[in-house]
Amino acid sequence: MISLPASKSPESAVKVPAAEKLKVADLSAYYRGKTALRSINLDILANHVTAIIGPSGCGKSTLVRCLNRMHEVQAGNHAEGQVWLDGEDIYAPGVDPVQVRRRIGMVFQKATPFPTMSIEDNVTAGLRLNRRRLGRAERDRIVERSLRRAALWDEVKDVLRQPGTSLSGGQQQRLCIARALAVEPEVLLMDEPCSALDPISTARIEELLLELKASYTIVLVTHNMQQAARASDYTAFLLNGDLIEFGETNQIFTNPGRQETEEYITGRFG
Amino acid sequence: MSASTRDSFYLYRKLKSSLMMGLTLVATVLTLLPLIFVLAYLVSKGLSSLNFNFFTHLPKPVGEPGGGMANAIVGTFELVALASLMGVPIGIGAGLYLNEYGGSLSAPARFAADVLIGMPSIVVGIFAYVVVVRPMHGFSALAGGFALGIIMIPLVTRTTEEMVRLVPQELREAALALGVTRWRTTVSIVVRTAAAGIATGVILAIARVAGETAPLLFTAFGNRFWSHGLSEPIASLTVQVYTYAISPFANWQRQAWAGALVLTGIVLALELGVRWITRGRLKPLR
Repeated sequence: MISLPASKSPESAVKVPAAEKLKVADLSAYYRGKTALRSINLDILANHVTAIIGPSGCGKSTLVRCLNRMHEVQAGNHAEGQVWLDGEDIYAPGVDPVQVRRRIGMVFQKATPFPTMSIEDNVTAGLRLNRRRLGRAERDRIVERSLRRAALWDEVKDVLRQPGTSLSGGQQQRLCIARALAVEPEVLLMDEPCSALDPISTARIEELLLELKASYTIVLVTHNMQQAARASDYTAFLLNGDLIEFGETNQIFTNPGRQETEEYITGRFG
Repeated sequence: MSASTRDSFYLYRKLKSSLMMGLTLVATVLTLLPLIFVLAYLVSKGLSSLNFNFFTHLPKPVGEPGGGMANAIVGTFELVALASLMGVPIGIGAGLYLNEYGGSLSAPARFAADVLIGMPSIVVGIFAYVVVVRPMHGFSALAGGFALGIIMIPLVTRTTEEMVRLVPQELREAALALGVTRWRTTVSIVVRTAAAGIATGVILAIARVAGETAPLLFTAFGNRFWSHGLSEPIASLTVQVYTYAISPFANWQRQAWAGALVLTGIVLALELGVRWITRGRLKPLR
């Protein structure tokens, strides 16, 4: 274990005993030479929901994609700085991004069940594609546990062999959550998971977040400020690639420290 | 504008519309006619010479009635199988590289594939003659399969590339985010999702080379008997049809028609196979 350097940002001095699961230090990200994020410093606490808000194009998605090294998947992208996961820098040379992604799962804006796979095969896809041999009993146990955690089990337990794409949009998104949970990650990154969903499905996912944070550390990107206020414990406000403000959600929304934050949450722009 | 001029303008527009519609209809019929004529002529000429023996017997010497093209039918399948062994893996591999990994090599590779698709097949035959027939000191099934394989590679490459391009980027990212390696994502997610489309491309490429004659003339050469091994000359339907059709013997000419009919039947069956494979299966991609 590497000892953690003291955080440089004043925002991170939040008086909460919970341990930092992820520590973002001086992280910058680039798209084909264009700067998308400028030296971000951010502490993400274990077993809490941290929301990232900001107007379109501010770098929310980029930030969350840097946390499991998905940003660099597209040609021409790269990131600089450190992201410490339990005291280990996932950007250190020699770290395998594939291993990082097994510990830090991700759910995307668009539900993406694999179209060639059944519901249960979708759930176990992450394990099977990593060449883990699953016995029938073990597979059934993982499928049921993951779908229960994603609050989808009761709706699909009789149709597990049907294609994942046969489900409704909200169910597909929960299937994707189940698929991410089946790999047993420690952190779950959610990139606008509700933006394509109706209000009822959105409410179900927000409820789910409250249950999941008992076992996981959650980072939620959202352009919906009400959602951040309802579902998160901490909120980070990004603007044009800079972290403007970070703190407890309650404080950010009731007593923001920066003028930009106040203007954004009161709807004056964005 | 008076009522009558408005009416006549309306009539003029109506007439112009009908005329244009009529022209496109004529063009459509002209497109279909050759196909119908060729098929009808082929059936009327070929069917009378087609019998069970045609599929099971070797060609008879000139003057003897009967005989068949069993060796040529099997030879065509053998040549196509050899060509597929070479063309399918290389084509799919190159297609995946072009779209999935696409380094600095992809633009020239794509251009090369397009040039190769337009290359006259006789040129491919000459190439196979120089690099396979000459060193091996003889015509052979291998040389024929090699020539047809060369023709298949760019066809399979381009369809594979087009098909995997239709796979949404989100699916790749979803797999990568589960901690799946790039390679497994390509094989198990990208290729599987595009499988029906890739299979279609492969079958169409097979149908294309099954009908090739020119590159076989001086590679596989042809054989009046069964071919015992891949390093011997081998008969094929196309070359056999060619040889029989230009011969002065009425019996051979009749058999050429039968051979052409069988060849058309094989290609038609492959095309129908494509339609069957793709019925509704490409939907997840749309």
